[in-house]
Amino acid sequence: MEHGSYEDQTQATFSLNDEDHTLANSLRFVLNQDPRVSVCGYSIPHPSDARVNIRVQTTGDPASEVVKDSCQDLMLMCQHVRSTFDQAFTKFKSENES
Amino acid sequence: MFVLILKTESVQYSGAYASMKVDNSLRLDQFRSNFRVQVTKIEKDEKKEEDLIEFDMVGIDASIANAFRRILISEVPTMAIEKVLIANNTSVIQDEVLAHRLGLIPLNVDPRLFEFMSESDLPNEKNTIVFKLHARCGKGGRITVKSDQLKWLPQGSEFLLSTEKNAPSSTSKQRTYTSFSCNQDSIPELRDKPIGPKYPGINLARLGPGQEIELEAHAVKGMGKTHAKWSPVATAWYKMLPEVVLLENIEGEQAEKLKIKCPQKVFDIEDIGNKKRAIVARPRECTLCRECIRGYGWDKKVAIRRVKDHFLFTIESTGALPPEVLFTEAVKILEDKCERVITELS
Repeated sequence: MEHGSYEDQTQATFSLNDEDHTLANSLRFVLNQDPRVSVCGYSIPHPSDARVNIRVQTTGDPASEVVKDSCQDLMLMCQHVRSTFDQAFTKFKSENES
Repeated sequence: MFVLILKTESVQYSGAYASMKVDNSLRLDQFRSNFRVQVTKIEKDEKKEEDLIEFDMVGIDASIANAFRRILISEVPTMAIEKVLIANNTSVIQDEVLAHRLGLIPLNVDPRLFEFMSESDLPNEKNTIVFKLHARCGKGGRITVKSDQLKWLPQGSEFLLSTEKNAPSSTSKQRTYTSFSCNQDSIPELRDKPIGPKYPGINLARLGPGQEIELEAHAVKGMGKTHAKWSPVATAWYKMLPEVVLLENIEGEQAEKLKIKCPQKVFDIEDIGNKKRAIVARPRECTLCRECIRGYGWDKKVAIRRVKDHFLFTIESTGALPPEVLFTEAVKILEDKCERVITELS
């Protein structure tokens, strides 16, 4: 869910249910490396609620677009991690079982 | 990049070094060329099944490495006993304690073959595994009930629903606590590898003469964040690669002293001519205990640092899935989380 204003789309707070530091911290890391982002941070308003708020302020682009791009980047990173890991694993297997 | 660190965080803001004309923004190509993984160890249990993997993950930020670790512990699903129907328990161990012990038994079943059971779902062959346990101690002597006495019931529950007990049984099949539409044996993956506890020798209860336990245990799919019994890992952890640096040449008696100081035997001595000089031989063994820099002046001679983007990852599986599959599953789960955010925003 997005909390922003209709006039100014460059800043918004995204409230994600059923998420925690796992996604929020990695997403914050990717967002902060995006040159279009001026400020980004996240908070967990209450430890008993399964919810995180991610605040994004940009230098001009709509915040939701920037968040979507960052998610896309994070996904691509994950895919690369997976393929690299699989390669390393098969390499280790072939070296140690032949 | 070797940096002396006080905290695990790296500089993250894209424009952090803009005044130095260095662009710190994330570049996927750069990530792709820098990132590497090297498996260093795989351990197998007595059944020759993998249960531990150690690998180096280089060129990734702590926030993402930590996300993988957190997902491994709390969000990769497994199957575990959740419901126990106790028909008879005359042993000294109470019903609820016994049920708890049963819940913690690791089961050797691939959770990907099953579905989550929501509150409105009836237990069926796609979301429930049923086990039977019937143990009785005869006169004289005592017996120990172990996990291998749990017998898998691929047909589902054998206990009749209490509403069915008085009804005439002539016409149709009587209803039990599960509604399986087919035998779980007919699923090829389960036929090849029958379901059971991963380890046969886990003590469940001890029975005295005449005591008896008769029960049915229903296992469902769940996640470690609900209860630790569903966690697929004994533990999963990482540490940053330690970097031990000798700031000056340490020779002779001092070198001997340094070698003895370290409980992990990180340092060694090499002979150069007739001189003895200390070297850092095994930095990966360092636990950052700081023993080597204790005492006056030693912190000027030795520095302990950590390589911030080099993680030594260890995953210990409890047996449902091999550790390398757990890791790929964890990465997939992070991808799914991203995808969920994208679909919610568009």
